[in-house]
Order: sequence, then C-alpha cells, then structure tokens
Amino acid sequence: MSGPLRTDAPGASEVSETFEFQKALREAFWAALVALGLFGLIVGLKTDQTLTNEIVLKPRPGLLAAMVGAVFVGSLLRNWVIWNRARAAMHRTASTSRIDMQKVEQIGLPTFVAFLSVFPIIVIFTAGWGSVPKWVDNFGILILIYIMLGWGLNIVVGLAGLLDLGYVAFYAIGSYTYALLALHFGFNFWLALPVAGAMAAMWGILLGFPVLRLRGDYLAIVTLAFGEIIYLVALNWRDFTGGGAGLSAPRIDFFGIPFGAGDTDFSARFGLEHSPAYRTIFLYYVILVLSLITAWVTLRLKRLPVGRAWEALREDEIACRAVGMNTTNTKLTAFAMGAMFGGFAGAFFGARQAFITPESFVFEQSALILAIVVLGGAGSLVGVVLAAIVLIGGSEILRELDFLKPIIGEDPAKFRMLIVGGGMVLMMLWRPRGLISTRAPSIFLKERKMIGSENVKEGHG
Amino acid sequence: MAPSSPVRAASAPILKVEHLTMRFGGLIAINDLSFTAGRGDITALIGPNGAGKTTVFNCITGFYKPTEGRIAFRHGDGDFDTRLEALTDSDHAAEKAGAERLFLLERMPDHEIAAIAKVARTFQNIRLFSGLTVLENLMVGQHNALMKASQWTIGGLFGLKRFQNAEAAAVEKAIYWLERTRLIERADDPAGDLPYGDQRRLEIARAMCTEPHMLCLDEPAAGLNPRESAELNALLKMIRDEHGTSLLLIEHDMSVVMEISDHVVVLDYGTKISDGTPHEIQNDPKVIAAYLGAEDEEEVAKIEAEVGL
Repeated sequence: MSGPLRTDAPGASEVSETFEFQKALREAFWAALVALGLFGLIVGLKTDQTLTNEIVLKPRPGLLAAMVGAVFVGSLLRNWVIWNRARAAMHRTASTSRIDMQKVEQIGLPTFVAFLSVFPIIVIFTAGWGSVPKWVDNFGILILIYIMLGWGLNIVVGLAGLLDLGYVAFYAIGSYTYALLALHFGFNFWLALPVAGAMAAMWGILLGFPVLRLRGDYLAIVTLAFGEIIYLVALNWRDFTGGGAGLSAPRIDFFGIPFGAGDTDFSARFGLEHSPAYRTIFLYYVILVLSLITAWVTLRLKRLPVGRAWEALREDEIACRAVGMNTTNTKLTAFAMGAMFGGFAGAFFGARQAFITPESFVFEQSALILAIVVLGGAGSLVGVVLAAIVLIGGSEILRELDFLKPIIGEDPAKFRMLIVGGGMVLMMLWRPRGLISTRAPSIFLKERKMIGSENVKEGHG
Repeated sequence: MAPSSPVRAASAPILKVEHLTMRFGGLIAINDLSFTAGRGDITALIGPNGAGKTTVFNCITGFYKPTEGRIAFRHGDGDFDTRLEALTDSDHAAEKAGAERLFLLERMPDHEIAAIAKVARTFQNIRLFSGLTVLENLMVGQHNALMKASQWTIGGLFGLKRFQNAEAAAVEKAIYWLERTRLIERADDPAGDLPYGDQRRLEIARAMCTEPHMLCLDEPAAGLNPRESAELNALLKMIRDEHGTSLLLIEHDMSVVMEISDHVVVLDYGTKISDGTPHEIQNDPKVIAAYLGAEDEEEVAKIEAEVGL
C-alpha cells in the first residue's frame, strides 16, 4: 500500500501514492451491477400502446447500457477524485495549493480575446459559409451577449455585493428603447445605442433609490418585482410596446449601409456576392467590441476609488460609512453602471433579432444571468466567461448531439435543465464560491497576492 | 495637586456633549449626559458593561440619532459659545469662518461626520474590509480625497496625471501609517488574514487615513496582551503628539486608561457619575462603587475602608 514517496504529513498515512486502479475497478463493477438490477426493469423495458390499444413491452437496451455505463464511469471518477484530493491535501503547501490566477489573467485573457477576434474566420475556413448562422450566430453571438450581461451584472452582484434578481429589466429597457426610437424617430442602431444605455442607467438609479435601505432577501425580492413590473408593462401596454405581439426593429446596418440585396447595399458596394452571413459576422464583431468595452471599463473601475468603494461596500457597509464614504451614491453608481451595460446589450439584442417581444425578458433570463455570475465566481471576469460558455454553449452543444438520440432514446436537448441543475448542485458542493473564487487586489506594494475566497465576503444583498 | 488636563477641556474644547439622551423604546440608554473633551487631550469614557459608552460613540459618530441633546464639534479655536448658540438657532448643521468650523453632529449623517467634521472611529468588534488587502483598506480610508482627485471617476478612467499623483500620494500616506503600525510587511495580505492585534492596529491606521481631528476608539485594547497594550499606548500617544489628533476612547483596560488619558468620564446606567483626571477618578468613591457593584452609600463607605481610602 505504501508508495516510495510517502511523506510524514500527519493524517496522510492512509493515502497511497499510486491510484489503486484494480480496487476502484472492482468497486465500479459492483456499482454498475446494482444499477443494472435497479434500472433493468424500470428503464430497460417500456410499456407502449400500439394503434390497436395493445400494450407491448419495448426493450430499451441502449438507454439502459448508457445509464449503467454512466454509473460505472461515475464510480471510477469518484474514487479517483477522492484519491486525488487526499493526495493533494497530503502534499499541500500554502504557496502551491492554488492555481496562479494572475498568470491565468495575464496569458489567458489576451489569448482568449485573440481567439474571439478570429473566431468567425476560423468557422468559415473549417466549416464553410453555410455554418455561419449556426456557429457564429447561435454560438458566438449568443454566448457573447450573455458574457456581456454577466459582466454587467457582475458589477452589481460581484463587486458591490447587491443581489439583483431583476437584471433582465435593464436588458428589456435597452431593447425597447432601441425599437421605439427606431420606430418613431427613425434612429439607427448607433444613435440609439447610447440612449438605450442612458435610459437603462436612469432606470437603474430609479430602482436604486427605493431599495437603498434594503439588504439581502428583501433587496432580492424588490429587484425581482422590478423585473416582473417591466415585463408586465411590456406585455400589457399595447399602444406603446405592442404587447405580446411585440415590436419590429430595424436590423443592424454597416454604419448606415444596410445589409440587403439591393444595388446600394453592403455586398453590392464592396463587390461581394450577397449573403446574410456578412450581417451575422458584423453583428459578431459589434457584440465583441461591446463586451470588451464592458470588460475594459470594469477592470479600469476596479482600480479606481469607485471600484474599490464597491468592493468595500460588499465587505462592510458600516465601515464604509465610518471612513466617510457616501454609501448611497456608491450603491447608485453600481446600479447605474450595471444597468447601463444591460441596456447596451439590450439595444444590440433588438438590432440582432429585429423583433422583440416581452417573452425574451422573463424571469428565467435574470436567473440565467445570475447563475452565470455566481457559477463563474462573483467578481471574476474570467469566471463569467467560463460560466457563460458552459451554460449557454453547453445547451447549444446538446442540440448538436443528435447522434446520441438512438442510444438514449430521447432528444439530448431535453436534458438541458437536468444537466444544468445537476451541475449547479455539484458546483455548490465542490466550489461554492464559483469557478474562479480568488480575488486580485486592485493595488499592491511589492507583490500581487491573490486573495482566497475564505476572506472575501459575498455581500449582504 | 491641581488637575491639569480637564482644564483644557474647559479652555480649549473640541467636543461638547450637552444633555445627550438616547432612548430605545422604553429603555433609556443615555440619560442627560454632558461632558467636554479638550483639544489635544486623550479623553477616556469608562464605565461598567452596559453603561451606554458605545451608544455615546454611536451618537457622536452619527450612527444613532440622539433622542435629545446637542453634540458640538469644532475645528480651530476661538469663541465657541456664542457662535454655537447662533448655529443651534439656525437650520444648518455646520458653520464656517476662516479656519474656524463649527458642527452640530446630531444634525449630520454618519458619513459626513467622518468626511467633513473629521471625526473618525473604530469599532468594538473590528470592522475591516477583510477581503481587501491591508493596503487597499487604507486606500478606501482615503476614499473621499481620491474620489475628488479622480474627478468622480471620469478623470481617473482616462488616467489623468492629477489622479495618478493623488494616488501616489495616497499610497505614500498608507505606507507611512503601515510603518507606524508595524504592518508594512503585511501590506499585500488580505486584512482578514491578520492576527487580532494587527487587525486592531490596521483599523486605527485606516481611521487615521481620513485625517481626523478627533479619533474615537471603541475598546482599542480589548483582546490585546500586555506587550501589545503597551505598544498601543505608544501609538495613541504618537497620534496625539505628532498629529495633534484628539482622542476619545472607550476602554476597560485600566492600565491603558490610567497611563495615557488626560481626562476620564465615568458612566453608569447612562448617567455620568464622575469626570476628572485619572487620579481623581481613581479615588472617587462613586466610581469604585459602580465598578464593584455596591448598592448604597453605606456599602461604599465600607468598601472604601476595605480598600484603604
């Protein structure tokens, strides 16, 4: 049992240096056998009614095999994880136990941005023009919208520690501002964009005022109600918002040149063959730039007094007041900044969809954005990116897994919420503070040391 | 021996608390309390547990609005009383005449008391920004100055020179206080990782970064060992002597109170029972009775006989 590298660390004598594969295999085999016994009749056989109302037994060997296989692999993985952790605990020293997040940010972020800026080109060269709607639109643009929304909400939840369950309201305000300005005053996207941001920021402040004294659960409930109010107004004020029937908004244009098939349109002017893919690619770069601006502003603000004040507010509001900080203004700026980026994203959403209905702004959206922030690790920009890719990209990937259909007998996309829910439970068990839970200090004297989640507070709402 | 220090409370008052009363429902936490703290003095507020000391602090620093009473605070020295009456009759909370400034703290919100009247405080149960580094804590302490220098973020966002200079100066000031509180080696560590005694000193450093005229310390020596207590004494004296900051402190540790205070105010059940120099307080039978829990004069006399007064 004892390996040659055993250390004398207390409590570590039980851990073997080499993973005992045979023992784990044996355990996995028994677990799979139990699963086979349990699922054999329940899952393996299905009663079906034929057209003549006969009940027939339909065997489902594929699904059964998949489930038993999952138990087998899961058992192996579980043993490996437990062994790995025990070994890590044995070897842990203070300095090496954490991933160097500074390096992740220094190398990871520029690489990621570089990848994003060539992503449409990679798609065209590897999968052809035909796959642009799928990979650039459904994948790239959608994920980037959620990354931007996540980064916007991150200011309110992650930095200032104010729990906002109605963030989608600002997204809606941005969208409707764009659609209404375009409809009534003929604004194009670029003119409407700053107005949408300002409008959302204004509503952020309006929401901020009554909730300033509220904390925790109470704040969450009021923001939730605010989200519902905006949704219901959009749904019921038919004369203004078009109600459930929605509003059409003009599609995005290339700085004044529409992406149509006409002679003066984008493709004709640049001597290209007409294709809707140009618009998609342009949209992709617009949302990329908008998200990068959000990230840049957030990173910048974090190093300024206002960003430090937000984080201090999350840590201890009373201490903030004791050093003379006007916490009212600090909270309002956090609400306004977060809302503004939500408004920008909303205007973009309007220009992408060309048609908006209240159904795009339901509570589920707020919950999804909040899940991205929380799973990513409140306060961390990289974490939000990872969580958005997993949550949004993951559910899009499921749609691509049609080949699994014959094996498990159902459309894999149906399992989306099950997987998301399971993933969240596992996350809360293993990494309750999100994927990236360390915090980088905004200023340092000699050395930038990452701050572990055990010290960073989550805010009181 | 003539009491030297409380004279300063009379001749050069910085804080004047008059008829302060604080009721929480039926409970009277402070009952008609009046006292004066002198500029450049270390004034100690002592009393048994539950005497209302922290409530007095919360009233002075604006965390509570007193039910009744006046809390006057001033910068500079000059005629106090007549201007105070004029200010009280007006609707204003503050008045300015050259370097002279007069404040009615009970009319001001807590953050303005810290930012404008320049009364800083620490807390009995330490309140640090535990997820920020030690240095960041001191930077937040200079929030208002930095906010102004960053032109409320707009100038800072574009990295204007003026803001960069202000930030460098703020770091310099933080370094000064870190050296004075012997925390310089821990500057880049999260505040939550510091041992208890260091956290207490950091809280004092953060309060000093707001450049207060008066520093209110709520039990600064609580939980410190004798060596740390002695260090604290030296730090507080340094703050008073080199920075001219007046100190108001709540303390149970009599070695701290007796050694460094110039003036002691004793509270019991929300009422002032004694006021004078440490020496006078030490020999005041009412104080001894309050601390030892005697019920009436007779018992006091008995205890006095026992302790040999």
